[in-house]
Amino acid sequence: MSALGVFSQLMALVLALLLAPLLTGWVNQWRHWLQNKSAPSLLQPYRTLHKLFNKDSLIAEHASPLYRFAPYVVFGCMLLASAIIPTISTDLPLSPAADAIALVGLFALARVFISLAAMDVGTAFGSMGARREMLVGFLAEPALLMVMFCASMITGSTSLTTIVETLAHRDLAIYPSLLLAGVAFTMVSLAENARVPVDNPDTHLELTMIHEALVLEYSARHLALMEWAASMKLFAYSCIGLALFFPWGVAEANAPLALLLALPVLVFKLAIGGMLLAMIETASAKMRIFRVPEFLGTAFLLAVIGLLVNVLLGGT
Amino acid sequence: MPSLTIAATWTHLDWVLIVVTAWLLIGVVGIAALRRFRFVAVVLFPLGAIFSVLLMAVALSAAYATPEVAVLPLGLPQLPFHLRLDNLSAFFLLLIGGVSAGVSTFAAGYFRQGEGTPPGLLCLEYHVFIASMAMVVLADDAYVFMVMWETMAFSSFFLVLANHRIPEIRSAGYLYMLVAHVGALGILLCFGVLQANTGDYTFANMRAQHLEPFWASIAFVLAVFGFGAKAGLLPLHAWLPDAHPAAPSPVSALMSGVMLKIALYGILRVGFDLLQTRIWWWGVLLMGVGLLTALFGVVFSTVQVEMKRLLAYSSIENVGLMCAGLGLSLLFSSYGMQALSALALTAALYHMLSHAFFKSLLFCSTGAVLHATGERSLGKLGGLIRTMPWVAWLTLVGVLACAGLPPFGGFVAEWLLLQSFLFTTGLPSSFLDMLVPVMAALIALIAAFSGFTMVKYFGVVFLGQPRDEKLARAHDAGRWERLGMLWLVVGCVLLGLFPNQVIALMEPVTQRLVGGGLAHTVADSSWLLVPVNIDRASYAPVIFLLGVVLTFGLAFVLVRRLYHGRLRRVPPWDCGHPWQTARMQDTAEGFGQPIQQIFDPFFRVTKQQPSAFDDKPIYDVKVEDPLWYWLYLPVARVVEKLSRIVGQLQQGRIAVYLMYSFATLIVVLLVVKR
Repeated sequence: MSALGVFSQLMALVLALLLAPLLTGWVNQWRHWLQNKSAPSLLQPYRTLHKLFNKDSLIAEHASPLYRFAPYVVFGCMLLASAIIPTISTDLPLSPAADAIALVGLFALARVFISLAAMDVGTAFGSMGARREMLVGFLAEPALLMVMFCASMITGSTSLTTIVETLAHRDLAIYPSLLLAGVAFTMVSLAENARVPVDNPDTHLELTMIHEALVLEYSARHLALMEWAASMKLFAYSCIGLALFFPWGVAEANAPLALLLALPVLVFKLAIGGMLLAMIETASAKMRIFRVPEFLGTAFLLAVIGLLVNVLLGGT
Repeated sequence: MPSLTIAATWTHLDWVLIVVTAWLLIGVVGIAALRRFRFVAVVLFPLGAIFSVLLMAVALSAAYATPEVAVLPLGLPQLPFHLRLDNLSAFFLLLIGGVSAGVSTFAAGYFRQGEGTPPGLLCLEYHVFIASMAMVVLADDAYVFMVMWETMAFSSFFLVLANHRIPEIRSAGYLYMLVAHVGALGILLCFGVLQANTGDYTFANMRAQHLEPFWASIAFVLAVFGFGAKAGLLPLHAWLPDAHPAAPSPVSALMSGVMLKIALYGILRVGFDLLQTRIWWWGVLLMGVGLLTALFGVVFSTVQVEMKRLLAYSSIENVGLMCAGLGLSLLFSSYGMQALSALALTAALYHMLSHAFFKSLLFCSTGAVLHATGERSLGKLGGLIRTMPWVAWLTLVGVLACAGLPPFGGFVAEWLLLQSFLFTTGLPSSFLDMLVPVMAALIALIAAFSGFTMVKYFGVVFLGQPRDEKLARAHDAGRWERLGMLWLVVGCVLLGLFPNQVIALMEPVTQRLVGGGLAHTVADSSWLLVPVNIDRASYAPVIFLLGVVLTFGLAFVLVRRLYHGRLRRVPPWDCGHPWQTARMQDTAEGFGQPIQQIFDPFFRVTKQQPSAFDDKPIYDVKVEDPLWYWLYLPVARVVEKLSRIVGQLQQGRIAVYLMYSFATLIVVLLVVKR
């Protein structure tokens, strides 16, 4: 564990904390522009968080302690997840602690806690949100795992840092399996981050909401943590996508110069990714909740086909 | 013979036999104190738990020891009991001891006066049950094995019937007994094939036989059938969701936590130890049956509306996953890929151990809830985390472990299993190469599914608003119950956090059965789990937990430091709805409804929906197992028809019976003449 490694680990943590709301703001801005609306400032998510942290938290009379500490658990999970994804460097001391499968487990842990918290108050919307979140999760999670497995099969590893290092060093060639996995991954990330066509981050008071229904009862600092965690989830998913499909520009061990360069590269890649996300969201319509399993089932099957193609063509 | 001179010279096997004898004695004392409830509860059950801990300690020290054998002059003349304690038995003794210690402690607070079978008799049945499971694992000839196997079946049958006045419980017990005996027939035939006409039924002799592939395959299929019936593998699973809810909770905990594993022990013993040949399709068969079972179990568990049925189906799922692991291990082993075979076997063993702990914990929690509320239907529970905080928080650990979430035991098993499925390219047959990733996909799907089930279970029972008025008066579990659950929780947590130490215990088993192990890679580091090599995959649960806890704590402190910790209690908001009742939450049916809709062809659904003109609208949805109608009932009808035909022979008149004897005599004479 080198000093530079510790530094890049800390950098990764701080970057995740700081860049995540910015990414959300960026996507929002693009969405508004594309939809001919006047966009909020890029810094709006920070302001919202600050405002929320300042407010008094209102909690239902009969809410249990689980309800109060769930936001912290979810926040912790997301932060740890962003810490083990190679965002700017693959020299991460925390990375051996959790590989791709454990990362998916981490997302699942956060999902279970957020769903349990939503059920705790016992309102109609809360339990509806929990049910739908778990419905999305039970298909999205294996699909994500299969996407990871495609990359693992090619690189012979489930460790994210090894995957990125191996993928970044191979010749520039299109792997059919990765192509299929990429499509699957896009579909999964749309669902997991509560985006159109699966969920709409803008809505409230709508019977179709998922994520908003989950955090409906939360207010003030608890809501701020949940929202921050949600934006870190978007950040983490974007970084996974970049790491698996566009791994170039990520620094490796003992390369301080590359580390310096890695930050602008990451910001550039995220900016493009955010723009594309806004375009997808603008171009598609929200679907009925019972179309979601079909949508995610397609993603799952695509990823499995990717895996099989990889086995058929011999992968490496 | 055990030497009775000084304790220092006693072998592990002697100690195990002492524990077994002690349990039997406790049972006998229970009979003597048939209705002295307090004595049985506060003295006998905790005493049994102490012996369970002793068994665990013995098993731990026997895990690395060389096999010990003993011949007890019990049983029939010429047929003494052959016993053997090897690493595999030690591993299962560890499981039995560890789980039964917690469950016995729980049972001390659980059994109440005036419920069916008197407490002393329950105590006897209970201790005979655990003692017979320990003896099954020790058995070294088919004779002892079958005797103990049947003792296990009978003692658990009587335990299931503890509340025998309820007709459903009687029919559940009947079905259980029936399937158990169909399975036992399979096992008996399997041993018959294994001894290969030598007439010597010791396991040592069976190991020495080299059967032809055809006969070996028959033995293996019979073993999967026989032990599968006990383990709840498809299609012989039907007894399980009926018997588990019928039994008292500590008994369901033992049945699900331990007895199902003993059935898998049978598959392990026959498939990996007694049979010397291994054929690739055995592995595929086990994997296929296992995954089908797992998928079936998990889909059904999501739509259950009764606590224990939900958990019972979830047990079916877990057994399926373990079977898939065993199958994969067998597949690799048949191609001589020892390292991977050991990885898969370790995953399966790990799953057995962690499932034993978390599932018995969950069954204990249903018992506590049942006592506090008298209600087992999910539709009438809710909000218990406020009245029963102890049970709720302890259950939460079990729920997270069962959902396969890090950093608990269930995740380690799942992680190892996925690792073993993932690095399989290189099998000689390309068909298998293709098959294995698809199986991995199925496992991922099943694992994610179990999260859904567990959220439903915990959310509906413990969270939300109470769905019934009497729930407000629910009381938390008593001292013994808490202690027992706490023990099981500690097991779940330790299994989750220290996988390397646990895997080191399994190393001798995998070395012996498939000739490989993980310990050499695992031993490099005490905190990092590395099954193959560090570049390939690694997982460090302790750091993982520390990471989550640290960020949790930091966020907590920082938010308070930088801002404030002010809090106000208000009525729930719910998008501004002015009033909410408990009926507006999701019911158990509601929560499972999306799954029911997606997996519609899996179920046999009968709906009764009210029309707009009903005066007294009734909404009733019944979700049933279609296999019951496609398989069990037709078989039952055929059996009934056959017995009716055979019944016609019995006229009840002596002259007719004499005619039969005469005719038989003539036929026999004709045959002998030729």
